[in-house]
Amino acid sequence: MTSPTDKPNDGGVPLPVVPAGATSGAPAEFPPASPAGRGMFGNQGTGDVSGYGGLVRQRQPIEEASRPYGGYFDEVRDALEEAYPAFGDAIEKVVVDRGELTLHIRPERIAEVCQVMRDDLALRFELCSSVSGVDYLGADERRLHVVYLLTSMTYRRQVRLEAAVSVEAPHLPSVTAVYPTADWQEREAYDMFGIVFDGHPNLTRILMPDDWEGHPQRKDYPLGGVPVEYKGAEIQPPNERRSYQ
Amino acid sequence: MTTSNYASERETDEGRVFTVTGGDWDTIVSGTDPINDERIVVNMGPQHPSTHGVLRLILELEGETVREARSVIGYLHTGIEKNLEYRNWVQGSTFVTRMDYLAPIFNETAYALAVEKLLGITDDITERATTIRVLMMELNRISSHLVWLATTGMELGAISIMLYGFREREYILDIFETITGLRMNHAYVRPGGVAQDVPDAAIVKIREFLKMMPKKLKEYEDLLSGQPIWTERTKNVAVLDVTGCVALGITGPVLRSAGLAWDLRKTMPYCGYENYEFDVPTHPDGDVWGRYQVRLAEIRESMKLVEQALDRLRPGPVMVADRKIAWPAQLAIGVDGMGNSLEHVAKIMGQSMESLIHHFKLVTEGFRVPPGQVYVAIEAPRGELGVHAVSDGGTRPYRVHYREPSFVNLQALPAMAEGGLIADVIAGGASLDPVMGGCDR
Repeated sequence: MTSPTDKPNDGGVPLPVVPAGATSGAPAEFPPASPAGRGMFGNQGTGDVSGYGGLVRQRQPIEEASRPYGGYFDEVRDALEEAYPAFGDAIEKVVVDRGELTLHIRPERIAEVCQVMRDDLALRFELCSSVSGVDYLGADERRLHVVYLLTSMTYRRQVRLEAAVSVEAPHLPSVTAVYPTADWQEREAYDMFGIVFDGHPNLTRILMPDDWEGHPQRKDYPLGGVPVEYKGAEIQPPNERRSYQ
Repeated sequence: MTTSNYASERETDEGRVFTVTGGDWDTIVSGTDPINDERIVVNMGPQHPSTHGVLRLILELEGETVREARSVIGYLHTGIEKNLEYRNWVQGSTFVTRMDYLAPIFNETAYALAVEKLLGITDDITERATTIRVLMMELNRISSHLVWLATTGMELGAISIMLYGFREREYILDIFETITGLRMNHAYVRPGGVAQDVPDAAIVKIREFLKMMPKKLKEYEDLLSGQPIWTERTKNVAVLDVTGCVALGITGPVLRSAGLAWDLRKTMPYCGYENYEFDVPTHPDGDVWGRYQVRLAEIRESMKLVEQALDRLRPGPVMVADRKIAWPAQLAIGVDGMGNSLEHVAKIMGQSMESLIHHFKLVTEGFRVPPGQVYVAIEAPRGELGVHAVSDGGTRPYRVHYREPSFVNLQALPAMAEGGLIADVIAGGASLDPVMGGCDR
């Protein structure tokens, strides 16, 4: 696992100090090694006299699903496989978890897959409910994930598509030509995570001011403290405060 | 677009970046030729009484006809999603409730359902807690629609309806205050159940409200429906058909006003909505008038649901039985607001060391949520309110994303406004019912 400071300064912002407990040295896993699995009080080194700082929790990894998936998931997969010739190339992984189907798609194929998902009569995912970004810092090279939630109003089904890109080349095709509703949601993902949707008609910031530097919802974005008017004191950013985890 | 009068541009390795900073009025005006160009550019907002909040609209007009409309949002961005990542799962409900401030119960319920799905305790939520959630959501839907009616009336020149709408909404806020301790931003629906039980005084108030409301609804209709100005301003205005709605991702009353009976309470039920009797009102026209009709009918349907939920309230716990998840304190409303009940404080401070440890651990550290991601969608007053929640196995959310209907629906404004009159921009925008707190989060 790499620590955030090993990354080049891609967010256009000063490099942050590593949050306490962020570098656990565990092998890459999903979800990535984060402070959540290690220690108890958020302190490291000599401050820890309890010994609990070395505590490591076992977490269930999320694994690829095997057939049959159950429910309508098999039908969706079969219909997509039949309608989309490049299926084998496009699908990286299929995950079934908590009653939800996730298809991990190769990023360059995402617009094609969406087109088939919308137009094929056996699939008919007419509505793109949600597009959001997630930054799995420390998972692997392709840490920025774009998550699409497609809804079929005809069959009353939902499927999640997920595409992962790296910070160095955060490019994937825009799905706005297929789902115009993705327009603002892709802009938000660009604004917050710096994911670039090629072919988007107007990929500009949407929530942050236009001259803002950096992408605030990336996990390595520095949080900054607040100076308070008491003898030069400062409220620390939340990731540096002592906390119970 | 190669050059733009609206924004300065520069090339970066991510492509061309436009910078719009505000205070750019002179540049915008200098880009038009006042003698030969018929088009004028009008900037509306971000502070304007008819924009439903801090929304900036840039309109290109030819005479009174809108040729291009662009909306600029983000003025109310408060970084709630980022904030959630540094608080534990339970604290999250106090943040999400502040997103769409007209529908706080919906934000909380969607969040709670997502956390419960991640924890795998969806089926353990008690009957009473679920019924209270339905009760609160439907009351909240009525209050939200009343604000819509009030503000839309005001924006179209009907000031009296504004006073009436806010007056009746205040009654609902009063009920909420009796139940949760707060008029807004309740943090009442929590992962695992609800914060505390509904007091008897609230039941009496709700019954009174149900008795009073049909008369008031009739008053609104008497005031507006036959009114020639109201019908002129709303009929055949800002039309959007089903195809347009689905392509633009528009859900809720706007989609139903175009004729598609898509309501998540019926189509993908949650919280036991499949066991309630209610109809999904639709309208064939897809105009502002249709949206007005649909919302009024939805208030009536919500009243039916409130009545059924009241009848179904059976005594019982309102939190999951699992003491590793349920909030340890028995909450009570004191003179200074909601807090730990005195009996609970006496127990942890005077009698049981283990209870104190348990309380301390759960309150400061919070419960752990197994890793994974879920998406939960509910039918909010403005449409599909979705929560995409990711856990890394820790005591805090790894990422929570809200699919806000206000945010998605506002994209339809150019489609509704372009080619119409400038006055209809107000009617069309209002009919989408955007709440900027939810839109910008």
